[in-house]
Amino acid sequence: MSRSNKKWFSLNLGRKQHDNSGSCGCGKTSGGCGSHSNDSEMSEEEFYNAAVDASIGDEREKDGFDQVFDVKMDRRTAFRKLTASLLIGAGAVNTSCNVLSSDESKEKAQIDWEEQFKGNYKLMTDDEKKGTVDRLVRSYQMRTGKTVSMSSKNAEEDVLFGYAFNISKCQGYMDCVSACVKENNQDRNSQMQYIRIHEMKDGEGLKFDEADDNYYHEVPAEGHFYLGTQCFHCDNPPCVEVCPVQATWREDDGLVVVDYDWCVGCRYCMAACPYDGRRFNWSKPEVPEEEVNHNQHYLGNRMRKKGVMEKCTFCVQRSRAGKNPACVEACPTGARIFGNLLDPNSTIRWVLENKKVFRLKEDLGTEPKFWYFMD
Amino acid sequence: MKQLKVFRSLVKDGFDVVTHGTKNYHLWMGFLTFMMLVGMYCYSIQLSEGLSVTGMTDRVSWGLYISNFTFLVGVAAAAVMLVMPTYVLHDVDFKQAVLIGEGLAVAALIMCLAFVIADMGGPSVLWHMIPGIGVFNFPNSMLTWDVIVLNGYLFLNITIPFYILFRHYQGKEAKSKVYVPGAILSVFWAVGIHLVTAFLYQGLQARPFWNNALLGPRFLASAFAAGPALIILVLAIIRNFTEFKIQDKTLKKIAMVVTVAAQINLIMLISELFKEFYAPTHHSESAYYLFFGLHGKDALLPWIWTAIPLNVLATVLLTFHKLRNNPKILYFSCFILFVAIWVEKGFGLIVPGFIPGPYGKIAEYTPTGIEIGVTIGIWALGAFIFTILARTAIGIELGQLRYRKDK
Ligand code: SF4
Ligand code: SF4
Repeated sequence: MSRSNKKWFSLNLGRKQHDNSGSCGCGKTSGGCGSHSNDSEMSEEEFYNAAVDASIGDEREKDGFDQVFDVKMDRRTAFRKLTASLLIGAGAVNTSCNVLSSDESKEKAQIDWEEQFKGNYKLMTDDEKKGTVDRLVRSYQMRTGKTVSMSSKNAEEDVLFGYAFNISKCQGYMDCVSACVKENNQDRNSQMQYIRIHEMKDGEGLKFDEADDNYYHEVPAEGHFYLGTQCFHCDNPPCVEVCPVQATWREDDGLVVVDYDWCVGCRYCMAACPYDGRRFNWSKPEVPEEEVNHNQHYLGNRMRKKGVMEKCTFCVQRSRAGKNPACVEACPTGARIFGNLLDPNSTIRWVLENKKVFRLKEDLGTEPKFWYFMD
Repeated sequence: MKQLKVFRSLVKDGFDVVTHGTKNYHLWMGFLTFMMLVGMYCYSIQLSEGLSVTGMTDRVSWGLYISNFTFLVGVAAAAVMLVMPTYVLHDVDFKQAVLIGEGLAVAALIMCLAFVIADMGGPSVLWHMIPGIGVFNFPNSMLTWDVIVLNGYLFLNITIPFYILFRHYQGKEAKSKVYVPGAILSVFWAVGIHLVTAFLYQGLQARPFWNNALLGPRFLASAFAAGPALIILVLAIIRNFTEFKIQDKTLKKIAMVVTVAAQINLIMLISELFKEFYAPTHHSESAYYLFFGLHGKDALLPWIWTAIPLNVLATVLLTFHKLRNNPKILYFSCFILFVAIWVEKGFGLIVPGFIPGPYGKIAEYTPTGIEIGVTIGIWALGAFIFTILARTAIGIELGQLRYRKDK
């Protein structure tokens, strides 16, 4: 999808226009993000492969990282080897080499090892994505004895997800909030919630600063209306620009996602988000084993670790499987509408075309894909 | 080969110098070591528990660490105020001061890097940020710019004094052809580290308190006040405790720099206050919170209302020649100026950027004991490094430390 055929108002503040004709969300067309095939470079590539095979043999594997910088040497492999040799003395590799230890612990060490030094998910090939997902599933199985199903499904073509919120319908029940917490395996200790429902006074307009986003009383409260916020999956997301390691990015179907294993936890993206869309794991997230949602996606609700950023993903594990996000499904009033913006017959398109919609802080040029409307 | 031998002997001699000294010196180093150990202990708790042991939350996601980082970038950049006249304009006055200034810059930069690492959620995957091995989001992310300029500046500030001292150590003159280009480069570089660090905040449209064009220049002005103020204090201490001669003239010149910078800083502060309070908009709320408190929440008031009077008082004292030329008053004003700017750049700049939050929610921030422990530990680390560097440098400059060929 390209910018010119957008079906909604676009505030163009002179930001750089992404040329996405190559159906790639990373904004590069030169094969930088790893989702392009480099046919034209094959001959050079072949020569390179032959040369490298001759020198390092089959130890070499090409990953997305090489494609980014088009480097002529596999630097990460070199780094791995270097670190490996450094750590041998420390005994970190000991387990995996020790003939006496069980196969299982060897496998565990092997998995931990590969997970520690894997690349950025955004730049992985489909095979590598599958590889890391398999490792994560296996490691979860070994730790807990339970099997999860984890998907690495990529964005589909001609899909751009969008969301609309009906202010007149929302009654503040917060069923969406609890459904979201359950669906996305959010930390129960810190009571992390992606969605905030702001309770505002009737007749005073959208006064966020006087709104209460943490109420504990019966709803709907007399003389109040409710409005929910979460990550808006901006089309021009400032959070993505600032990340020093590209651990967060916009996928082709418009979802803004985080690679929890690549994030270094600097929280720059959190400072850059104008919509309070991001949540940080200040301590190790805890979810009781019996409450864990086993239907997972690498970019979505898989288990996180401490010190990484996370956020609403429009339930990527559901939306890419053709279902509605948990919040949409849980809402008893039907205030939440989700769908494909590129499908002219979708409900979301009907809302955008027939209702008077608006978005928050449009002056910032972030282009949220989250609209509000009233009946 | 010969150079290597000289270098080995320098390290050995340097080690001798820093491990021998008066009782006070040993007490001082012992105290710093103790503080560093305390800091390390606090950090180990933070590593195992996560950043939840700090006062930071989803609402105020940067705190004491990033505040100190920001302030120290300024201190590091201030070395340039001494570098320029010495190396480029051949002003002899500054020659002794400049080595100290660069040592200070090295210590400040190492503290900066330590603060950034302390602030990270995942220090074990920090290699993701190393260009060439990880993925470096350059040039989009200002943080990657900052990594480059800070490390580059660290490199410059280590190599230039090292070259000079290394030559002097062998009893030779340092060739100005070699180090002057580096010195000139570091002058621009210092302005660069400052602007880039300011842009880190300035570029966020989400935070109106930071997103203003004056942030960068004001960073520069306050840095050029706080940094040299610290240098004056350090030089005063060195003058008292070693035979290293520092002329009054040198101190007076640096004091001049501090004065002008402090005055400019004050003018910019007034301009900022005018903009926020003459025609307050929705975006002035952070400033309101900082100076007057909002909806009964006023945790920052004691800080800022200490900083502002100190700042004004120091600037006024420094402005009058009579007062400035009195060493006691000079040291006093430098000290309060340093403290005032530390508060202003720390609590007064980083924290209110997050308050009120994107939707007007006011959640206050108070650092925890562990956070303060780590912070003090890192400051002790800086002081430790600086003491070692300064002692070696002074030893060489005084001629006590010389390479002996017959060894
Ligand atoms: S709402 Fe915030 S976190 Fe979500 S895409 Fe926009 S800027 Fe990023
Ligand atoms: S916290 Fe993680 S996702 Fe956010 S900017 Fe830092 S590295 Fe990127």
